[in-house]
Amino acid sequence: MPSQVPAPAPPYLRAQTTIPASAARIWGMVLRYWYVIRSSWPRTAELIYWPLVQMLMWGFLQSYLARTTSLAGKAAGLFIGAVLLWDILVRSQLGFAVAFLEEIWSRNLGHLMMSPLRPSELVAALMAVSLIKLLVAMIPVALLAYLFFGFNVLSLGFAFAAFFANLIFMSWSLGLISTGVVLRWGLGAESFAWLIVFVFLPVCCVYYPVAALPVWLQPLALALPPTYVFEGLRAIVGSGTFRSDLMLRAFALNIVYFALGFAAFRYLLESARVNGSLVQMGE
Amino acid sequence: MQKPMRKVDGPAPPPAEVRALRKVYRDVAAVDGITFTLRSGSITALLGGNGAGKTTTISMLMGLVVPTAGEARVFGCDMARERHKVLHRMNFESPYVDVPMRLTVRQNLEVYARLYGVRDFRAAIAASAEELRLAELLDRPYGKLSAGQKTRVSLAKALLNRPELLLLDEPTASLDPDTADWVRTRLESYCRERDATLVLASHNMAEVERMADRVIMLENGRVIADEPPADLIARFGRANLEEVFLAIARRASEDVER
Repeated sequence: MPSQVPAPAPPYLRAQTTIPASAARIWGMVLRYWYVIRSSWPRTAELIYWPLVQMLMWGFLQSYLARTTSLAGKAAGLFIGAVLLWDILVRSQLGFAVAFLEEIWSRNLGHLMMSPLRPSELVAALMAVSLIKLLVAMIPVALLAYLFFGFNVLSLGFAFAAFFANLIFMSWSLGLISTGVVLRWGLGAESFAWLIVFVFLPVCCVYYPVAALPVWLQPLALALPPTYVFEGLRAIVGSGTFRSDLMLRAFALNIVYFALGFAAFRYLLESARVNGSLVQMGE
Repeated sequence: MQKPMRKVDGPAPPPAEVRALRKVYRDVAAVDGITFTLRSGSITALLGGNGAGKTTTISMLMGLVVPTAGEARVFGCDMARERHKVLHRMNFESPYVDVPMRLTVRQNLEVYARLYGVRDFRAAIAASAEELRLAELLDRPYGKLSAGQKTRVSLAKALLNRPELLLLDEPTASLDPDTADWVRTRLESYCRERDATLVLASHNMAEVERMADRVIMLENGRVIADEPPADLIARFGRANLEEVFLAIARRASEDVER
């Protein structure tokens, strides 16, 4: 059968292919997630809870080491800075993945996939909501880091913006892969979405330099954008030097990872349509 | 109510058209070479026992499942490749698919109105609330509603974009007789007023007999009957569709035993 030109949208609907229509769909999804955050204070508290616990633990450890060793004394703020940056990566990836999981938990995925929402628009909405959740979690924690330990994350200036951008891009790439895996294999693969980011914790050199890794593991560390962010943090805290070369390398890698993440998401979504997993979503 | 514009060159393509449609999961054919075309304004029931291929057929019509062979077209568009061209002209309702529980009814309808690109969504929600007796429920969380109330909300969501093709999977399952009757009446009047096409998968034979002007009966993924309910009942010499269904189901199980 030859393809036929479809009728235009009726007058009570927007033209579907325009940028405003696409923006309205993305905004609709952002609102959907915002309403969930707003409707439940335990969920908001949960967003703040772990970053706060982490920050306090590493902050007190830093204070103790600063009094007992010269190394930690020289690098005041190193641990707190690292933990805050690590939490940006973790919270943003979880914000992305959990927002998507909400669709499966609420049995809403079928309606969404049947609506005019395009995959790229769903991804844009998940990125936006991960950013919102991140800000809800990290602003109070950053304020408390300043009040408790005198560590002002904004004192890092432009460097902080570069760190933040690189980490959030990496978190979105991981979010794309993890949601694609859940789309394809259902809730049986849910733990993958929760745990994927922690695979990177030892290799990204959050709390120690790349040189501390075995030689054979260093190339892997250098292939990951967050490694450059944490190296950059150590450079700025240790010697006050902003290493723009590290940020550019991280950014270049992030472009590759994001493209791969989006391609994986599209591939797994199509694979889910072939395997019928979109209509059998569950364990 | 104003009918939707259709500006196309030549005759408008049928609302739904299925040709030699086949879906194989591993080595099991869930749908095995079915063909049918739906005319505009018709109400068609897909019938069959569990695993007959109804849900898979509807899923391929929605583009959620890609066929192994053949085509499922909606308003002329191949749903495997170009479903986004027509998704705004169709909608879907099933008691097995929910909307977010924590959101209020109004929030849910607003989100879906934005997804479907409904221009004046506040007016559309107000009209739906009036029409489907939802006004008092608008600010209550969806998760706190009864099954009947949830069905009315799902129906409001399904009609928000005034779809020309509406796919329903057991729309009155788990509803009390009064609410079920109300839902059927509402769907019938919607189809009449808007010349909308309705595809219905149901196990409720009385419902099908009342609503459908055509029955497509599936067995093991194949079409075994395709005719108006009255013709089917007459052909089998039975009193109603329920008896026809039972006769076919028992014949199938006897074939399996042999």
